[in-house]
Amino acid sequence: MSTMSSTTERTARIAAPVLVGLLGLAVWQLLVSVGGVSEYLLPSPSEIWTELRENSEAIREATWITGGNALAGLVFGTVLAVLLAAIAGWARWFDGMLAPVVASIAVVPIVALAPVLNSMYGADSEYGRRAIAALAAFVPVFVNTLRGLRQTTPLHRDLMSTYAASPWQTFRSLTLPSATPYLLTGIRVASSLAVISALVAEYFGGPRGGLGSFITTSAATSAYARAWAYVAAAILLGLGAYLVTVLLERLVQHRLPTGSIR
Amino acid sequence: MQETVRIVGVSKTFATRSGEVHALADVDLTVGEGEFVSLIGPSGCGKSTLMRLVADLEQPSAGTVEVFGKTPRQARNDQDYGIAFQQAGLLPWRTVAANIALPLEIHRVGRAERKQRVAELAELVGLSDFADHHPDQLSGGMQQRVAIARALAERPRLLLMDEPFGALDEMTRERMQSELARIAVETGAAVVFVTHSIPEAVFLSDRVVVMSPRPGRITTVITTGIGRDVARDEALRESPAFFEKVTEVREGLHGVPVRSPALEGR
Repeated sequence: MSTMSSTTERTARIAAPVLVGLLGLAVWQLLVSVGGVSEYLLPSPSEIWTELRENSEAIREATWITGGNALAGLVFGTVLAVLLAAIAGWARWFDGMLAPVVASIAVVPIVALAPVLNSMYGADSEYGRRAIAALAAFVPVFVNTLRGLRQTTPLHRDLMSTYAASPWQTFRSLTLPSATPYLLTGIRVASSLAVISALVAEYFGGPRGGLGSFITTSAATSAYARAWAYVAAAILLGLGAYLVTVLLERLVQHRLPTGSIR
Repeated sequence: MQETVRIVGVSKTFATRSGEVHALADVDLTVGEGEFVSLIGPSGCGKSTLMRLVADLEQPSAGTVEVFGKTPRQARNDQDYGIAFQQAGLLPWRTVAANIALPLEIHRVGRAERKQRVAELAELVGLSDFADHHPDQLSGGMQQRVAIARALAERPRLLLMDEPFGALDEMTRERMQSELARIAVETGAAVVFVTHSIPEAVFLSDRVVVMSPRPGRITTVITTGIGRDVARDEALRESPAFFEKVTEVREGLHGVPVRSPALEGR
């Protein structure tokens, strides 16, 4: 009885959002084909679907390029953030020095920085985009990791001290595992940001290819349905990145149960 | 014979926002080899501070502390003592076995030896069946047993314990006391045991050190006369000799002479 109800519950949990999505698509289609909304203003889902299928090869390639840039940025930004957070967690003065810089990075507008970086690295380089994705990923990872590194209790620090543990041993056995759940939360937030930033950066110069460039090109040539097809691919890419990081978080949480510290 | 712990003329003051706090004043104490000594007194009498001085977690403001004839720092670096606190302080992401193994890992004990030692220790504290559990799956008493096993990992000749059973319910507490007594006999380690429970101190100890607060000082030292060979069981708890010593410690605690103003200035 209970297993049945839990199965029903799970089915409902998946079915409900799917139903809402399908309903939304149906209303959308209806608005366009029956309601007479201009196709230039809003193409119908069926048109977008057709474009998705017809340009599947190009869309897949563009997704790889944007996804690759986002991933490179995410990895680089995360590594940098973890390193700097480790130093900031260890030395308060460094944290004090870094805090205003991080706060500034957090509010840097991509639209302002992207053209600068794109011309810095040259028109045929992806590095400008990667740098922007890295910058976007850096902030949430840094903030969360630093917070995580401060989660050790005085009791645990005393304990490591009685073991005459070296700073590195204390970091590895105590500080890092305490910080890991926080780090992963940071990466989860950063993954979506990296995708969005890599994509938006493509609007401001640099090489062709990538979802962002194709969205602008398609829109510029009035191929609105195709532009929307690229948008759909961008949404899928962002969702994919988010889901992968959620799974990573779950996996590590399973391996490193935080429990309640007693 | 070398003393396990030798404390001579030790004072400790903490600088706080509201001025200096005299945690300890002129404390002299020695702990012999294999001796079980309890420190008892009201909150703020500096009993935990005294233990932390021995553990090299605090530095004395005056006087000297020696552990096995060495400075506390040297003793800490040599892992001459094991320690347990009121909170078990287990690492929640490690299993019971991995928690016990933590000090061995830090001191680079080989994998095979580590595994064998952890098995021995889990057996000693009666947690062999729970080696793969995580701390959040254990009761408070079981967590504290893991902490004791961890403290014993390096076979220390001295065990420092800061109210290790303070957070446990009365029944668990009494069972843990009997187990600790057994473990102390089996390992032959000296124990410095901080507590605020009179029966607990008498039940476990060779000597009970009674302390008074502000500034913390030793008022009396009571020898229980309950030998190491006497079984720590229910019979002991109900024996007249036990009650007599409990009364003696209680009188020691309550009979603290009123602080004379002349001592305040020291």
